[in-house]
Amino acid sequence: MSKNRAFINFLFRISGVIAALLFTALVLLIAKANPWEAFSNIFLGAVSTPIKIADSFVAWVPLILATCGLVITFTTGLWNIGIEGQISLGAIMTTWALRLLQDSGLPPVVIILAGFLAGIAGGIVWALLAGMLKFYGGVSEIFAGLGLNFIATALTLWLIFGPWKRAGVASMSGTEPFDMSIWLPTLTGYRLSIWSLILAVVSVLIVYFILKHTVVGLRLKAVGKNYKAAIQMGISPSKYMLLSFVLCGVFAGLTGAVQVLGVYHRLIPSISSGYGFLGLLVAMLVDYQIVWAVPMALLFAALNIGGIQLPIMMKIDSTLSGVMQSSLVLFFMLMDGVRKKILKKEEEQSNE
Amino acid sequence: MSTKKFFKVFVSLLVASLLLAACGPAATEEAAAAEPAMEEAAPAEEVAEPAAEEAASTDFVFGILMVGVYNNKGWDQAHYDAGLYIEDQIPGTSMIYIDKVNTADRPGTTAAQLAEELVSKGANLIIFNSDDMKDSATEFAVNHPDVYVIYSTGDTQWAEGANYQELANMKNIMGRMEYGKMIAGCAAALTSETGKIGFLGPLINEETRRLAASAYLGAEYCWQNYAGKDPADLTFEVNWIGFWFNIPGVTSDPSQVTDDFFNSGYDVVISGIDTTEALVEAKKFADGGQTAYAIPYDYEGACEQAPEVCLGVPYFNWGPSYKQAIQEAIDGTWTNSWEWLDPDWTDINNKDTSMIGFKKGDALSAENSATIDAFIAELAGGLNLWTGPLNLQDGTEYLADGEVATDYQIWYLPQLLEGMIGLSSAAE
Repeated sequence: MSKNRAFINFLFRISGVIAALLFTALVLLIAKANPWEAFSNIFLGAVSTPIKIADSFVAWVPLILATCGLVITFTTGLWNIGIEGQISLGAIMTTWALRLLQDSGLPPVVIILAGFLAGIAGGIVWALLAGMLKFYGGVSEIFAGLGLNFIATALTLWLIFGPWKRAGVASMSGTEPFDMSIWLPTLTGYRLSIWSLILAVVSVLIVYFILKHTVVGLRLKAVGKNYKAAIQMGISPSKYMLLSFVLCGVFAGLTGAVQVLGVYHRLIPSISSGYGFLGLLVAMLVDYQIVWAVPMALLFAALNIGGIQLPIMMKIDSTLSGVMQSSLVLFFMLMDGVRKKILKKEEEQSNE
Repeated sequence: MSTKKFFKVFVSLLVASLLLAACGPAATEEAAAAEPAMEEAAPAEEVAEPAAEEAASTDFVFGILMVGVYNNKGWDQAHYDAGLYIEDQIPGTSMIYIDKVNTADRPGTTAAQLAEELVSKGANLIIFNSDDMKDSATEFAVNHPDVYVIYSTGDTQWAEGANYQELANMKNIMGRMEYGKMIAGCAAALTSETGKIGFLGPLINEETRRLAASAYLGAEYCWQNYAGKDPADLTFEVNWIGFWFNIPGVTSDPSQVTDDFFNSGYDVVISGIDTTEALVEAKKFADGGQTAYAIPYDYEGACEQAPEVCLGVPYFNWGPSYKQAIQEAIDGTWTNSWEWLDPDWTDINNKDTSMIGFKKGDALSAENSATIDAFIAELAGGLNLWTGPLNLQDGTEYLADGEVATDYQIWYLPQLLEGMIGLSSAAE
């Protein structure tokens, strides 16, 4: 790629960010709020103290885990909308394992590990269901995923309000919190667990390694890039797509497990916290490149944490952060589309 | 669906959601006008650790975490208005708050985390306004012994209660809404022509069971003693939506549940949830020519949305009790306590003294209004409807003949009462 073209690409990406900021500013102006004040509140709300920075990382961990899974399914050309349900099933299975083992007398570390393994199993089963519905039932993974998300939500609610309800109270606040001994240990004074942070970093490295340095990764990419060519090369697309569902299920399950073990310490109705859908945005924004997903997920997590300031300081709903996140994706993609068209035109002209 | 096609649909949905976000939740002028000046409410960031001894200063910031929207004409607005009352009554105090503190509206956060945000903005005292915040309120109080905590509706500081955990910096405050619900039940029974009263319940717990049961007791008493009708002709059914307000896709739709009542011969719906769907739906049915009335809950001004179908509203007046607690914090006389406060029977609508009130609605007839006054006078005179014989819904004895329920028995009511239709607990 020439220096000139790299510069053009950079300009387009920057203009995407500027357009997103302008759009959000417009939304704020419509709401009769000061955009500059809102942006600075979000920024300071995410980075002004060590606790806030740590909180941003607390949100980053499940988001990057979910994104890890999605990068794999996107690599094989799959829209794994069912990730939310896969996270929920991971959380349900983790909760189930912890409930089963919490009074067993086993060392906490064993119970926590069992919780993670159960979460992984839950994520895999739910992801595989979406995959099998696609390949054996002819149901698009998008609709299968949506349906499975609904079922996962219903299952979560049923467990919280039914068999796993708290004594005397069936409450949206979730199941009875687990004993502190089986929480993921956190840094003193912070909500951040060093173990969940390590898990996230290792997950990123694993996904990077699989996709860049293994035959499996190469085949996953081949399936995603050109389905027919992959068949001609002797690669079974359905096999590798199912594999990508399984791998995504692993990370989705881990996301659910982290939510239970490290964040909420119980099962709550919205246990996925929307990290699956947010992960879709992150993955799209970075063109499914796991390395770039790391800072982008951190930015999104920081927007979530910083957005809490808006209702306190300005009486603006904190969902404005969601507007910023979504418009970033929109304008990035829009500018990318414009860039490609211009470059294509240039190529055509130079060929003439 | 091809990727390209999906992308088009996805982008369209995204644009639509952005536009909705732009039109919907952002700050309104009215809201801004109603706010206390935020510059005053939010002192500098550096006031990170407000120590208890600082409480004696004139600048006392209290934070409120509200489970729903601050201007919902229900539970949360009652708290918001209490905050304004305190600012007015105790010079030098100011309120900061975060609303929609629930994991559906603020995914990825906990109430304890949000309380710390308020502390970082200078709050010396935090009010957790929902029973759903129990875990966070306790966690926060333990981790921040230098910050005063009011966990409303809870029982954690009730030494004789089932969930006692001594925390020097925590108070529980709750009103005896049982009386308000009895008055609501009475108004419903006096007005109902079909004798079928619906109760729009939130989630099922001890608090909501005892409040629904109180409405039933009031209805049954007035049906027999004032209307002179046969108890066998009274139907009282509870339908639970699953939470204090509608969460689409998670709870049952309260509008739909109310409609089901009115479509099946019920002509009065008593609301037990924090928002006003019962009233809005009653108006819809009344506009269609059907006899339909509603009794909202929580907030004094709740009837304003549809006064012509509103029989009245039992409401909380949090101002005086919160004022007293905050004054104790400022004076340094704070002690942990559990308070379950009666109405001021000399005037239940006294803004400065009564925790529980009942504001009559336009739809309550003059005759029934006089009867309600008589009923309130009876309650003030010592009438206790929590007196046996009373059985639980499954027929087991709850109170023997002449036995008066203890606070413990009422607070932890294990089932609905015999004669009430509806679930006593969520399915196992």
